[in-house]
Amino acid sequence: MELTRRNVVVLGSSAALASAVGMPAFASLTDDAIAAFTGGAETGSGAITLTAPEIAENGNTVPVGVEAPGAVEITLLADGNPTPAVATFKFGPLSAVRGASTRIRLAGTQNVIAVAKMEDGSFQMAKAEVKVTIGGCGG
Amino acid sequence: MASGVKPRVKVPKTAAAGESITIKTLISHKMESGQRKDGDGNVIPRSIINRFTADFNGQNVIDVAIEPAISTNPYFQFDATVPETGEFAFTWYDDDGSVYEAKKKVTVA
Repeated sequence: MELTRRNVVVLGSSAALASAVGMPAFASLTDDAIAAFTGGAETGSGAITLTAPEIAENGNTVPVGVEAPGAVEITLLADGNPTPAVATFKFGPLSAVRGASTRIRLAGTQNVIAVAKMEDGSFQMAKAEVKVTIGGCGG
Repeated sequence: MASGVKPRVKVPKTAAAGESITIKTLISHKMESGQRKDGDGNVIPRSIINRFTADFNGQNVIDVAIEPAISTNPYFQFDATVPETGEFAFTWYDDDGSVYEAKKKVTVA
């Protein structure tokens, strides 16, 4: 192809399109998962604490803790995993602290997101970036 | 996976009435995610524990929906309020239909 001005413009725009479409495939899955949990409601932040390491050497077991006083349900998501859902905690009447800790798998460096449904029906969200040295989703 | 699954639970033996106690649970399970492939490139089918519940005298403490992103040998730590003497019942539900149970008694002095 001759490198005319028109061709350059066409090439440039299609490349920009490709990168815009290609990149956030997982991120949009996560947005869908958050929307499914909140029903599209606005999420606040503050009344929820997400504890995750800044750097995890092994993505197979990353210790993660979440706590949100007054929450009835907390869902954990990982936006860089093949499927973003990690776990959903529902708290019963005898739950003392509305929180839990567990160990999760992370495929690579990514954000871990916690969304809590509060007793009054509002939602709280917290996010933490975890750098992963060795991914935990096989392959 | 029906073999080699062993639940382990750590609960204090005694508590004050209304006290909040920390409970740690772990169950040995390979938690095959369904994402991995074997040497021939075939996908290893998913086999995980998909739900965990903890109850005290029939009242629910926590109910966890578990996805493949939970690590091998799923571990959970949480806090429960103990209003009276009674028994904790922990239940894990496997993809293959198996149910694993553990029980712990707590005495309120």
